Amino acid sequence: MRLRERLERGEFVITCEATPPKGTHVRPALEAVARLARYVHAFNVTDLQSSVLRMSSWALCALIKEEGYEPVLQLTCRDRNRLALQADLLGAWALGIENVLALTGDYPTLGDHPGARPVFDLDSVQLIAAIQSLNSGRDLAGNELAGATGFLVGAVVNPGVEPLEPHLLKMKLKVKMGAKFFQTQAVYDPKTFLRFVREAEGLGVPILAGIIPLKSARMARFMNEHIAGVFVPEEVISEMERAKTREERVKRSIEICARIIRAVRPLCQGVHLMPMGWEEHVPAIMELAGL
Amino acid sequence: MLVSELKPLDEIVGYLREGEKVFLLACGGCAEVCGTGGEEAILKLRPALERAGHRLTGALVLPFLCNKALVGFRLARRGEEVEGADAVVVASCGVGVQSVAQVLDKPVYPAANTITMGGLQGVWPSEERCARCGDCLLAYTGGICPHTVCPKGLLHGPCGGSQRGECELEPGRPCGWQRIYDRLASLGRLDLLERYRPPQDSQKGLDVPLSRRKAPFWALEYLEEEG
Ligand code: SF4
Ligand code: SF4
Repeated sequence: MRLRERLERGEFVITCEATPPKGTHVRPALEAVARLARYVHAFNVTDLQSSVLRMSSWALCALIKEEGYEPVLQLTCRDRNRLALQADLLGAWALGIENVLALTGDYPTLGDHPGARPVFDLDSVQLIAAIQSLNSGRDLAGNELAGATGFLVGAVVNPGVEPLEPHLLKMKLKVKMGAKFFQTQAVYDPKTFLRFVREAEGLGVPILAGIIPLKSARMARFMNEHIAGVFVPEEVISEMERAKTREERVKRSIEICARIIRAVRPLCQGVHLMPMGWEEHVPAIMELAGL
Repeated sequence: MLVSELKPLDEIVGYLREGEKVFLLACGGCAEVCGTGGEEAILKLRPALERAGHRLTGALVLPFLCNKALVGFRLARRGEEVEGADAVVVASCGVGVQSVAQVLDKPVYPAANTITMGGLQGVWPSEERCARCGDCLLAYTGGICPHTVCPKGLLHGPCGGSQRGECELEPGRPCGWQRIYDRLASLGRLDLLERYRPPQDSQKGLDVPLSRRKAPFWALEYLEEEG
């Protein structure tokens, strides 16, 4: 069943990030996707995440589609103006890509080409509006298209960000302009997530909680300090600290992820996994979480 | 020198809610030379505002609205005229509007679009900046320019990198959209953040076509070149 139908039917949905290669070797990424396909309904292909140069998202999406799996095209406003964004969307649709996740994009200075010109011709809300426009058979300037798109549009929200209110207003605007589901930043504290879910409930859109396995206590501390809206509670950090060997850390991390998934499962309509190189451990997380 | 052009009068009147009383402030610096400030602006704006049912509590031309200290000082002298107004309409470049927004706890609305900077911008070193987008949005953003306070120039609220009021770009840098949110919250106008704003015309911020170089400022420049 396609992602759209699963979401519409209110089923629990599992999405997972797939990262395009830094180079032209696509096999490892495709093999990882094939190994996880049993557990995952759709694969989000990142778009130069953290402003680090990689292969285009649409290219890996098309290859994933060719292998028989369902991709979600992540699309940021950082590198393309309104012409290039629309052109890529038309091309993506022609390649069989049916889902788009509209993002603002990180600032270029955070990545490996810090001198790159930031574009941000549209913002994420305007990008959602542009996709709606292509879906209705017209471009952003109102010109008629020979063939419309039919994208399912998703967006992101950061449930742990402080203060939350401005982000909720923006989320509301994204829904108004056509966002049909939301994937969130990583969740480690179900209490904070619950507070967000209560606030966002009224919008009536499916929310997929973000899950990133912790590799170490250091990673947790780093994220708390540097990643907006990520809060790993002290108990969780010390749990990771108590694990002395790499094996123990992996085991602990899998347990923590499974516990969070079980905790958020009654609160939302799915999870979005971001394994960050730990694709091999996703099956263990899913088994332990009972998914 | 900042070059601006007057917004359509309907757009300016449209910022105001029914029956709101207005204080009118015009710049006597660059904006006057462009025909968007000074007495000329007051003569154009006063009847339009009054026709739409907005009483004017006062009107004033100040030499340079980008001189924030001067603005604060002179407005303080106008006491009731300013205090009694529900909103202030400012005929100046984007820097002038922002400097007024900084010194008053009232909604401040721009009467002009800033299209280019032909040289020296502003005379007072301060935080307010204008990226001459040519379609001034300060009426919707609490008098804080989204193009210059947010490095991404977003128009619909903060990106996911905003945290505890700081921008993702560097520690200690305030998130511009948090500032805009806080200002609108204090003015009771968060409803403005629920509106969709279509993408702007980027050409306006680039080179200005000859057809739009109507202001006396340009005329002077060309006279000199031909000279
Ligand atoms: S919105 Fe900002 S950049 Fe645009 S004219 Fe106003 S002050 Fe200048
Ligand atoms: S953190 Fe705030 S100011 Fe910085 S880019 Fe994001 S929205 Fe703009």
